[in-house]
Amino acid sequence: MGRKEENIAKAKDLMNKLPYIRNIGIAAHIDHGKTTFSDNLIAGCGMMSEELAGKQLVLDYDEQEQARGITINAASASMVHTYQNKQYLINLIDTPGHVDFGGDVTRAMRAVDGCIILVCAVEGAMPQTETVIRQALREKVKPILFINKVDRLINELRLSPEEMQQRFVKIIAKVNELLARFMPEEFKDKWSVKVEDGSVAFGSAFNNWAISAPYMKQSGLSFKDIYDCCQKNDQKSLAKKSPIHEVILSMVITHLPSPDIAQRYRIPHIWHGDLESPLGKAMLNTDEKGPLGLMITKIILDPHAGEVAVGRMYGGKIIRGQEVYVAGMPNKNRVQQVNVMVGADRIPVEWVSAGNIAAVTGVRDAISGCTIVDSPDIEPFERIVHISEPVVTVAVEAKNTKDLPKLVEVLRMISKADPSIQVQINQETGENLMSGMGELHLEITEYRIRNDHKLDIVCSEPIVVYRETVLKTTPQKFEGKSPNKHNRFYVIVEPLPEGVVKALYNNEIPDNVKKFKKEAIKILTDLGMEKDVAKGVFGIHGLNMITDVTKGIQYLFETRDLIKEAFDEVMRSGPIANEPSQGVLVKLVDAKLHEDAIHRGPAQVIPAARNAINGAIVCSDPTLLEPIQRVFISTPQELMGEASRELNSRRSEVKDMTTEGDLVNIDALAPVAEMFGFASAIRSATGGRVLWNTENRGFVPLPRQMQADVIHKIRERKGLKPDPYPPEYYMG
Amino acid sequence: MTQTIGSLTFIGLGLYGTHDLSLRGLHELHESEAVYAEFYTSRLGSFDHHAFEQQIGKPITILSRAQTEGADEILAAARTKHIALLVCGDPMTATTHVDLRLRAAKAGIPTRIIHASSILTAAPGILGLQTYKFGRSTTLAFPQKNFFPTSPYDVIAANLKSGLHTLVFLDIQAENNRYMTATEGLRLILEMGQHLNDTAITDDTLACVVARAGSENPIVAADRIKALVNRDFGPALHILVIPGTLHFIEVDALTAFAGLPPDLGRLLHKL
Ligand SMILES: Nc1nc2c(ncn2[C@@H]2O[C@H](COP(=O)(O)OP(=O)(O)OP(=O)(O)O)[C@@H](O)[C@H]2O)c(=O)[nH]1
Ligand SMILES: [Mg+2]
Repeated sequence: MGRKEENIAKAKDLMNKLPYIRNIGIAAHIDHGKTTFSDNLIAGCGMMSEELAGKQLVLDYDEQEQARGITINAASASMVHTYQNKQYLINLIDTPGHVDFGGDVTRAMRAVDGCIILVCAVEGAMPQTETVIRQALREKVKPILFINKVDRLINELRLSPEEMQQRFVKIIAKVNELLARFMPEEFKDKWSVKVEDGSVAFGSAFNNWAISAPYMKQSGLSFKDIYDCCQKNDQKSLAKKSPIHEVILSMVITHLPSPDIAQRYRIPHIWHGDLESPLGKAMLNTDEKGPLGLMITKIILDPHAGEVAVGRMYGGKIIRGQEVYVAGMPNKNRVQQVNVMVGADRIPVEWVSAGNIAAVTGVRDAISGCTIVDSPDIEPFERIVHISEPVVTVAVEAKNTKDLPKLVEVLRMISKADPSIQVQINQETGENLMSGMGELHLEITEYRIRNDHKLDIVCSEPIVVYRETVLKTTPQKFEGKSPNKHNRFYVIVEPLPEGVVKALYNNEIPDNVKKFKKEAIKILTDLGMEKDVAKGVFGIHGLNMITDVTKGIQYLFETRDLIKEAFDEVMRSGPIANEPSQGVLVKLVDAKLHEDAIHRGPAQVIPAARNAINGAIVCSDPTLLEPIQRVFISTPQELMGEASRELNSRRSEVKDMTTEGDLVNIDALAPVAEMFGFASAIRSATGGRVLWNTENRGFVPLPRQMQADVIHKIRERKGLKPDPYPPEYYMG
Repeated sequence: MTQTIGSLTFIGLGLYGTHDLSLRGLHELHESEAVYAEFYTSRLGSFDHHAFEQQIGKPITILSRAQTEGADEILAAARTKHIALLVCGDPMTATTHVDLRLRAAKAGIPTRIIHASSILTAAPGILGLQTYKFGRSTTLAFPQKNFFPTSPYDVIAANLKSGLHTLVFLDIQAENNRYMTATEGLRLILEMGQHLNDTAITDDTLACVVARAGSENPIVAADRIKALVNRDFGPALHILVIPGTLHFIEVDALTAFAGLPPDLGRLLHKL
């Protein structure tokens, strides 16, 4: 048996020894070295040849990843490490750093209990560092810190030992400040990172060494030894004396929680079912004997195995051949294969138990974010909401009209595997829209459609996705009538208070308000919402809410689900430009219903409620919102002019400018619509010497003077008449 | 304002075919300048559109649901012409007709009503139940996505509590050619009971079925729900009655005309 095979055998053996398991993620700003780092850990544990590690990038196995030198998919791998004579199973997920693939990071965080935040010693904490910290803490995932690329401080920047130490202090302070900002109340002060206790390590992933305070003590290596080795360019010997996997995996084992400990506080946070139920208990106790609870965080499309669902086992066991359900779906699915992952390899096993990461095939209904259970009618896990939403869209057409059915199928498959891609398939017009996080995201997806799915497509130029909102309260309740005129609904809309929008955005309000009524009312009243309004909330759609503030109207409850349907429809596609709504509070203030149920069925109630909501929106200063980005630019002094000029021509607003040696860092906000083509423009303007990156920052009102024009353009594109309808249109 | 010279006359067709049409109604049809008909609020068994057009010597325009509810076409016509609108049963039992009449009035169009027989009296009549003992009536709707109204159950239960009979209409989806049968209706009532976790109505409750009232071969039946839910009552239309407390004459009528089992009859007599 080779070392790899031996390790796989050990891994299988450790799978149900919970205190000896760690599920961890690696997250960082783009290019800070996550994949190099992960590869070296895997190699150090004998799961691949040490020579290839960091060069082959086992975890970047996708062709596009190799070509572009970036990670696109979160990939997982398991390894075995011995610490203090005990063997541990470490399940690791490497994540992408590019903002466009941030959704993958969010989903990976759902699968792990601990996380190594990597920070490049040269660049320091960057915008994505902040984002990944926020993503980890939102899932109650415990962080530790690794400062990477230390070799460059010595060899390139030629810092003195003192300067180097100052830099470390600065990075650690910044990371702790970010941690404090997003820390869940219960872990305040407990989860900060410190050099002294060994929750911080330094090193060079590329050169395969790392060091931490406890390891220095143990090995007798001093800070000076390290400095000298790097200076002499003898990092090989450092890698021998202080190998990265030894230092890091020992740090992981001491500082990050095992699944049985983490699930105690994570389950109540991510699963809102009954904790006293058999499944609730099984998951709180990470019990392999209880009912099955598997949260799928990733779907991989494999040319041979088809759709592979990867996720975290929170309860029970998943067994080959077992019959399972996807929560919320009626059909039984039979599990074909159960695997553990080692890089691109899937190692088939008979079963995987609670507390581990599993990859299964055969579960046809599975999508990323779903819950796999062993009986129907089980409460699924809380939705995984990625902080940023798709902001860029392209229209996709099949070059060959006969390929249209295939295109529809491929688009569906893609959005199933990558939930950050949203597709809208319009059977009637044949127009298919694909939305993603940014230009790169769509570019790569287009490439995959052409190459992996062998489908010739034509894509439009990218356009941005807008939102609709209202700026004031409807002056007078708006009446919507049913087609038979026997039912009337009266609606007022108003801007949803900032605090509530934020809470929705942070997923702090349970989606299923009907089921978690008490909880929702408490959160909303705590946020300052009037009691009556909070009590009446019966639907949430994205960042919008509908509430029933009527009193004692007979039969209204029989129409409520239909009103909710109308609300969902309008929130998906608003009256101004058929774009989604955001930040709208819909209040049902009165209703007049026909005595007989037959006269208030779907065909009557839905149009009536829809008219009432649309009409109210149109009367309340409706406004289009556009997506904006934060843009960070790091430019040499002499190219400052060129860089600023590029920014200025794009309706941007500079927020901050700092100088660091010869470099100027610019922090600006700019509309996504203006940022198309920025990559090539700035490259040619500055000879590629300017580093920059962006981060989506939600939606803000489009300048007033641009509203009409943009609305016309969107409506025209959608084949609507140029102007939105006036209120009279909705009075019926 | 333009002087309206037209009018709108609602003409009831009665229960079945065209033979329930009154002589006055027939006369009106001959006099009218255009004839419309609306069949989505109800339907006439064995209505031969073509034959009837020949009989009255003019074309009949059948209005869809949207056309009736929208009403623009018929109101526009009625401004200048004498229009007849044929409806099933007795006009004005459907709210839509009242609404249409109101809108005609608002537009200054005179309206008239030619009455005809209605299921509202025919169903109690054929069963031998006393009309003044009926409470609120209700309609069972085909359940749809996000729509499963249970208020009909409450209406029946409230009537039962006061000893009153309930006339239960069954859903008509004319556009899909779907008419709820008595058995479907009874099953639906039982399902509502389960849904509401209520036992006011069970499969032991007495129910009456009337199928194709007004035709040559109507079916009437009275029995416990469990004995009715598996029977086939033939083509549409069907209607249900859930009787409340029965007077002995009513029990005798149900036994004689609706096949109420004698043992059940004896039991009811003792109550
Ligand atoms: N000098 C030096 N270079 C490093 C070190 N670690 C990584 N690199 C280099 O940094 C670049 C990026 O490394 P990756 O491992 O692909 O970074 P990543 O964080 O996975 O990147 P994304 O997944 O695209 O965000 C590569 O060229 C690596 O060789 C290090 O410790 N020292
Ligand atoms: Mg990577």
